[in-house]
Amino acid sequence: MSETSDNGTAKAVVFEDVSLRFDAQVVLDGLSFELEHGATKVLLGVAGTGKTTILKLALGLQRPDSGRITVLGEEVTAMPETQLFELRRRIGMVFQESALFDSLSVEDNVAFRLNEEKVPQADIQQRVLEALRFVEMEHTQKLFPAELSGGMKRRVAIARAIVTNPEVLLYDSPTAGLDPVTSTTIVELLVKQRDVYKTSALLVTHRLQDAFTMATHYFNKEKNKMIAVPRGWDWDSKTSFLVLKDGKILFEGNAAEIANSRDEYIREYLAL
Amino acid sequence: MAFSLTEYAKDNVLAVQEYSALSWRALANLFSKPRYLGDILQQMDVIGVGSLPIVILTGFFTGAVLALQSENSLARFGALSFTGQVISLSMVRELGPVLTSLMVAGRNASGMASELGSMQVTEQIDAMRALGTDPIRKLVTPRVAATMFMLFFLTILSDLVGLLGGSVIARLLLRLDLNEYWTSAWQTLRYADVFMGLIKPVLFGFIIATVGCYYGMSARGGTQGVGRATTQAVVATSVFILAVDLVVTRLLMVLLGPI
Repeated sequence: MSETSDNGTAKAVVFEDVSLRFDAQVVLDGLSFELEHGATKVLLGVAGTGKTTILKLALGLQRPDSGRITVLGEEVTAMPETQLFELRRRIGMVFQESALFDSLSVEDNVAFRLNEEKVPQADIQQRVLEALRFVEMEHTQKLFPAELSGGMKRRVAIARAIVTNPEVLLYDSPTAGLDPVTSTTIVELLVKQRDVYKTSALLVTHRLQDAFTMATHYFNKEKNKMIAVPRGWDWDSKTSFLVLKDGKILFEGNAAEIANSRDEYIREYLAL
Repeated sequence: MAFSLTEYAKDNVLAVQEYSALSWRALANLFSKPRYLGDILQQMDVIGVGSLPIVILTGFFTGAVLALQSENSLARFGALSFTGQVISLSMVRELGPVLTSLMVAGRNASGMASELGSMQVTEQIDAMRALGTDPIRKLVTPRVAATMFMLFFLTILSDLVGLLGGSVIARLLLRLDLNEYWTSAWQTLRYADVFMGLIKPVLFGFIIATVGCYYGMSARGGTQGVGRATTQAVVATSVFILAVDLVVTRLLMVLLGPI
């Protein structure tokens, strides 16, 4: 990527002093953080700390009261809605409740953006199949969202988000409410996306084990599955953690740092 | 929380502002690319073809009851032969456009509000924006264009079926000559009547689609919110249509001169 911020390093997402309140409730209070290209940042925090809001702000679906948000070098906070549509095509988002279009089949849901971009039909079919294969859902092409289970919907939502090879992915609690086996399948998909396609990502999750799995596993292409990083391996998962509390950042660091944190709130949070 | 008049006024002004912005963008999108022709055709089918039975039935019975009522009133003046003219003018100038619009509003403004409302509360509208597609362009504009276009033709049909309903009563109950009925019905109409009768459905079509879509797009609070949006859409559309009808009728009467 060629976009660089003021200090010269490439950044996928930059939040600068972002504040937002809903009526009397402060949601974000002077939030600042950066996401490097190819890195994954896991947003943690109890419910209602504004994690989903951060993703929506990054996409320009919501506007902050103050502060500056830059995504892929473009200042989201300064762009009108009509210009944002262009930028959003370079970003993929997986919504918490999947948000699949229930009037469209799985195939058409995944193909939505390609159809909008008037990609040739043969090409669309090929890419949709590839994306569905990536999430192991190619057998559901003709089904409608109402016929899918929660986990299957999430996987289709991931396929829809990645089908255009976005430069940034935003995952909103992709494993919430799923059984452990399905959750692991989804985490494996996120790891695969991170390690195979090197996509920058913001991941909101309530499941700490998923976050740690992401930080301690890598995707092995030969075996087509994720594998725990052996001890002593010098390997950077490019996955960092960000803990939010009362609209502010309480902690920012990697897996080892959060595990060894002495902050009482974090220790309590990790023990949950 | 205590009721605040300022908050109430602010909310209402904001709603009007948002409605105006939505309506403006829905119209402006017609003049720039991309246009969703497939969606427009699909909506034309849903709104136009789907409303045919209800519009035909409404038109027929309205015309028929008009004929019955005119027997009562016209006979008092010995003017029963004017039945065709009365029905023709009433249907074309007023009842055709208004009743057709109210029927289509009940059927389609509610449909739009519930469909877009469900999409809104399940984040499908946000998902569409996230996928780089303008939901106003993709969802609202086709509905506005399709309703305006189809209501025009539905009204013509309703006028005709209304005259037909009137002719059935005129012949069977009032024993009037059909030839005389149709000739007087036809000859009494002037261009100004037809113009007034056909400009209204275009305006009302715009109201039905924009109000229905506005309530859908601004639905909040789960299924209950969708239900509320649907009811409000029908109520608001109906009242809006009747109010605009009064203003437009007066305005056109002034513009087109005395008839």
